[in-house]
Amino acid sequence: MEQTLGLLDTGEKKGSKMDQDYNMDMCCEDETELELGLGLSLSSGTKAKKSTWGEYGRILTAKDFPNGFSAGRSINNGGGGVSGTKRAADFAGSNTEVGSPPTGASQVVGWPPIRAHRMNSLVNQSKVLNADEDKGVGGNDKKEHSKKKINHGNSKDDAASNKEKGNLGFVKVNMDGLPIGRKVDLNAHTCYELLAETLEDMFFKSTKSGEKEQATKSFKLLDGSSEFVLTYEDKEGDWMLVGDVPWGMFLNTVKRLRIMRTSEANGLAPRIPQKQERHEGKPI
Amino acid sequence: MAHSFPEQVLKHLFSFLASDKERNSVSLVCKSWYEIERRCRKSVFIGNCYSVSPEIMIKRFPEVRSVTLKGKPHFADFNLVPEGWGAYVEPWIIAMSRSYPLLEEIRLKRMVVSDESLELISTSFDNFKVLVLLSCEGFTTDGLAAIAANCRNLRELDLGESEVEDLSSDWLSHFPDSCTSLVSLNISCLGPEISFSDLERLIAHSPNLKTLRLSQAVPLEKLPDLLCHASQLVEFGTGAYSSEVRSDIFSNLEEAFSGCKRLEGLSGFWDVEAAYLPAIYPVCSRLTSLNLSYATIQSPDLDKLISQCHNLQRLWVLDYIEDTGLQALAASCKNLEELRVFPSDPFLPEPNVILTEQGLVAVSEGCPKLQTVLYFCRQMTNAALVTIARNRPNMIRFRLCVIEPRAPDYLTLEPLDAGFGAIVEQCKELRRLSLSGLLTDRVFEYIGTHAKKLEMLSIAFAGDSDMGLHHVLSGCESLRKLEIRDCPFGDEALLANAAKLETMRSLWMSSCSVSFGACKLLAQKLPKLNVEVIDEMGPPDMRPESSPVDKLYIYRTVAGPRFDMPGFVWTLNEDAKH
Repeated sequence: MEQTLGLLDTGEKKGSKMDQDYNMDMCCEDETELELGLGLSLSSGTKAKKSTWGEYGRILTAKDFPNGFSAGRSINNGGGGVSGTKRAADFAGSNTEVGSPPTGASQVVGWPPIRAHRMNSLVNQSKVLNADEDKGVGGNDKKEHSKKKINHGNSKDDAASNKEKGNLGFVKVNMDGLPIGRKVDLNAHTCYELLAETLEDMFFKSTKSGEKEQATKSFKLLDGSSEFVLTYEDKEGDWMLVGDVPWGMFLNTVKRLRIMRTSEANGLAPRIPQKQERHEGKPI
Repeated sequence: MAHSFPEQVLKHLFSFLASDKERNSVSLVCKSWYEIERRCRKSVFIGNCYSVSPEIMIKRFPEVRSVTLKGKPHFADFNLVPEGWGAYVEPWIIAMSRSYPLLEEIRLKRMVVSDESLELISTSFDNFKVLVLLSCEGFTTDGLAAIAANCRNLRELDLGESEVEDLSSDWLSHFPDSCTSLVSLNISCLGPEISFSDLERLIAHSPNLKTLRLSQAVPLEKLPDLLCHASQLVEFGTGAYSSEVRSDIFSNLEEAFSGCKRLEGLSGFWDVEAAYLPAIYPVCSRLTSLNLSYATIQSPDLDKLISQCHNLQRLWVLDYIEDTGLQALAASCKNLEELRVFPSDPFLPEPNVILTEQGLVAVSEGCPKLQTVLYFCRQMTNAALVTIARNRPNMIRFRLCVIEPRAPDYLTLEPLDAGFGAIVEQCKELRRLSLSGLLTDRVFEYIGTHAKKLEMLSIAFAGDSDMGLHHVLSGCESLRKLEIRDCPFGDEALLANAAKLETMRSLWMSSCSVSFGACKLLAQKLPKLNVEVIDEMGPPDMRPESSPVDKLYIYRTVAGPRFDMPGFVWTLNEDAKH
């Protein structure tokens, strides 16, 4: 979905935590420049969860709605604070989370509308097949498909890990500094790049317009160039850097994910340098 | 006139009213009927846990024995509602533990349930009988152990498709041997650890058990033992249905199934070994309900099985059934009322099975009682939908999911407006509809014009403009729940039909174009609504008013704004003046 909000302008706002005075220097309402003041923390006496992401749910009252908003960079689709209907027209063509025309159902969160419970069970069955052989999922030969199932019935280890994974297609993802975790469906991804993209969408939603983002918090979670790295806890309880093992093996062994600050990731298994596709300019 | 019948008589009369709707009507007749009715209402259904508070419920209905609560919006099933959104049952349990000592039944859907809540339930209600947790989360097997240990008269424990943390496999052992009241047990969602001996023991001392749904962890070889203790079962869900192919296991299994003379429904079937399917042939002719939606079996095994189930009323199956299997279904199962076909692998770019619009058309032709459909497929045509509509004007729930968003009629490349239009025009009793495929504002015009009994509508990747939403809100008189994602609907339609929202249970809109300013305006205009903005990127008021909100959930309530929201949910109330 082409969103003009949900933007990450952390470079500028970082550090301005207790800024309650946002009715003063706000400029005109139909600005074309938007800014999300992250790190803007309002102490209004509600739940005291601290985070660098901003404040907590509370009931907004008249005091909270100043006559204008702060200026910032434009992250708009061709610029212009516009009415809902125009924006609707802008959006008409591109409604996926990824921002580009959907190339397949797997690009879109929550689509097709299948309950997580079912998704885990089903897709997992075919993923296990995938992990065994580097064949396309749901291989064309159905007989072979059912033969594989018999084999798995016999192999106790596989069966056990199937059943565990039966509930683990969705794994929890936590990011350092955020109190609220998310869940991601590993089975809806076929490789590390897609997973990284999804996570980047979830935690660092960025501009859709293709504007180059600031480098301060570039979040290429896989190539080690950002402030954060993607790690996972495996079946043995160890924390590993994501990306070191083949995807299928990763699926079988991952229990949950954590987006960790690079500074804290020392001591994790050293990463083999990998060439990751840059997603520059790709609307996310 | 209101006093010409003594209260006792009215109470007795009211006791024959089963549905909430009827009781609600009765309570509107006059004040004294309201008073009498409320004091004798035994069962309360709350479709949105935030629409009313426990205190209000308890105050109005002091004699309640059964409470049903639903929490998160439906789209939470598809991961669109972030974790931590809400729907905590705890305040309800605490309040009821104080005021409803005689409570017998709690049914929850999409709520967050803690172990503490379960423990409180187990110790607060002496006559507690029924616990149903559908698509719930937040509890562990420790909480279940408390229920097992303390609820002496437990009749029903149904864990639906909940997410349960497996801390120990021995929670089943907490059922005392003296507990013989169990009628229904559904543990199909539980994980890999289970104690078979505890399970067997429990089943053995539950002579009234009618429904038993096992988890995947229960292997095939164990089934004969379990079934011989429970031959009175009416509904049975297997565990993993595969094993090394051995004739002794097969014959034990077949004998066990033959012994279940009352069996009408089967489910489970994870991991199916086709060679074991014939073991259930003895019961097929009696089956009215068959859930094979986790079974990766294909023709001919699948067809052979289904063709023996002449009395089938409900079938859930994977798309391995294919068009040919559906044609066979249409020929054999003339009593079919409900069909759900799930995709075996929706993420494949190319189809792995031949399941098209033809299959659904065949079933609509061959099954005169078909009224409930959920169908995932990869292609659809207007012609097919028109045919289905003509064949089945008795359709009540029609949910079609063409897997590719915005897929057109694959033959004409037109939008599917005409097809869905035919559905709503012909099926005058339609109560639930889910749309998919390429759709313009036109389809919403049809819906607004014809779908007068429609109560729930799900829309995704559809429409061109606000007119679409306007048609729905202004035309669908019976609409209670509307959920929309990724549609170009914005402020105009919503604001123009604001009053409509107070007649509905809830509206969900995500990835649409409703501005923050409009949300505030709605909240101002309609104080009886909670307008919640869900946005994980930060406070919406830091952006211009014209910025669209990420997710919007609006629902009517008499309980006022809620206070248990997480950091990413903002409630706008009427003081939000600009």
